[in-house]
Amino acid sequence: MMELLSFGFMQNAIMASILASVACGIIGSLVVVNRIVFISGGIAHTAYGGIGLAFFLGISPLLGAGVFAVTAAVIMALITKDNKYRADTVIGAMWAFGMAIGIILLDLTPGYNVDLMSYLFGSILAVPKSDLVYMFILDGMIIAYILTWYRQIHAVSFDSEFASSMGVRSDLIYMSMLVMSALAVVLLIRVVGLILIISMLTIPPYMAERRSNSLKGMMIYATLFSLVFSLVGLVMSYFFNLTSGASIIFVSAICFFLSLIYDRVRTSK
Amino acid sequence: MSTDYAIQVRNLTVSYGPKPALLDVSFVINTGELVGIIGPNGAGKSTLMKAILGFVKRDIGEVYIFGKPVEQTRGLVAYVPQRGTVDWDYPVTVHDVAMMGRYGHLKWWQNESKEDHEIVDECLKMVRMSEFRDRQIGQLSGGQQQRVFMARALAQGAKILLLDEPFAGVDAATENAILDVLTEAKKAGITLVVVHHDLATASEYFEKLLLIKQRLYAAGPPSLVFRQELLTEVYEGKLKVFTDLIKE
Ligand SMILES: Nc1ncnc2c1ncn2[C@@H]1O[C@H](COP(=O)(O)OP(=O)(O)OP(=O)(O)O)[C@@H](O)[C@H]1O
Ligand SMILES: [Mg+2]
Repeated sequence: MMELLSFGFMQNAIMASILASVACGIIGSLVVVNRIVFISGGIAHTAYGGIGLAFFLGISPLLGAGVFAVTAAVIMALITKDNKYRADTVIGAMWAFGMAIGIILLDLTPGYNVDLMSYLFGSILAVPKSDLVYMFILDGMIIAYILTWYRQIHAVSFDSEFASSMGVRSDLIYMSMLVMSALAVVLLIRVVGLILIISMLTIPPYMAERRSNSLKGMMIYATLFSLVFSLVGLVMSYFFNLTSGASIIFVSAICFFLSLIYDRVRTSK
Repeated sequence: MSTDYAIQVRNLTVSYGPKPALLDVSFVINTGELVGIIGPNGAGKSTLMKAILGFVKRDIGEVYIFGKPVEQTRGLVAYVPQRGTVDWDYPVTVHDVAMMGRYGHLKWWQNESKEDHEIVDECLKMVRMSEFRDRQIGQLSGGQQQRVFMARALAQGAKILLLDEPFAGVDAATENAILDVLTEAKKAGITLVVVHHDLATASEYFEKLLLIKQRLYAAGPPSLVFRQELLTEVYEGKLKVFTDLIKE
């Protein structure tokens, strides 16, 4: 077990888990308390279009994903701002459209032979150093964001109308939350992959919410939970030669169900 | 134009769809008054509050807060919304909700000061919620939640306080607690505007009433507003209750 740590790819994978967990804990908590799970799912899948475009143009896939995800976030913020209840239809359409663009562009890319699966389902054991640098920068942005605007974000997430009455620009804060989710999506692609991002953004924060009385606390717990899940998933993925995203989500989901049962038993006592 | 008025609304028309929710409404509220807004469901009472807060787009008309256009006065008006608009599972305690009222006074690098904490404790005491300060907001009764939101609005230190149906669905004890807070706030010179549903108590609680149903039907002391022909026109069909009310 210990000699595992001496492998370079393992060190990278552990580093990636830590970086991803921070993003997951902070942004996932915002996603859960603001009930924008579906929107962040939409953003993640739209990002696939960006990956397709990146291969087509021969640029960095994470860059392509980032541009698409951020654009999708801004559009979705504008759409959902006034009409939260019918917005799901539009999000669903963008979700599929992004995927479609991605697939078409990949079809059109001559002789491409990338491992697409790694973007869809993650490949934490194959994260290159260069991606770690990206992830590190994105984490830095997310942490700076939350430290700077914590109160506004907290106030808008809890009661946007009241926040507006105090002079907070609720619409801008809301949009910024979606844009930061888009960055988190990019950061998590390598670890769990596009398809499974939603569960990574929701399971740890949901479990954390039940164990915390503050947004800060929720973010910290959620970070710890997702770190444990990714490390355990990582080890499983290595030993049994499994897809990393699936292993991590598998571990998370099992813990999630166990925690539900535990909570149920505890409250009924 | 005079700046004596806490709130001045002139020719206000607001519409969401083709039919206006408020039509050509004009009135003034003096500093330190305790004013009730009455009218049937869908009359536009909440819309009027949102217009005073500058939340809704006006088709026509102006709203002035202490003589300044509402757009330039964010933070001067505190607001207790009609119930049920927040997520009760949100991870936040009673104390932290009240503290949100202080956020407008804090820059991002500043921590909450001792004074902020004292103000919050004071406000929680005023609404009689001190003993619940560490409870998660969802683990309270509806009336208690309402009082926490009042504490949050008070903590803002605003000179004008708008409350949208604070008395809806609360028991007599809470009603009294809320009433005490209103009285104390009025003593402190705060201007209070309260949407109120219960006509039976309206004339007792408020010194001035606004009767609204899309248009402003009457404004003034309860004796002036509680006239049979007015109430009949605004609340079609529930006449008997009113006859009793007016006789009192
Ligand atoms: N966001 C909205 N979009 C469209 N129409 C709205 C919206 N909010 C209110 N309305 C309409 O505007 C009118 C006034 O609504 P408002 O909420 O101001 O009434 P109210 O007097 O507060 O009623 P209640 O006593 O039920 O709280 C109603 O006809 C309502 O249907
Ligand atoms: Mg209303």
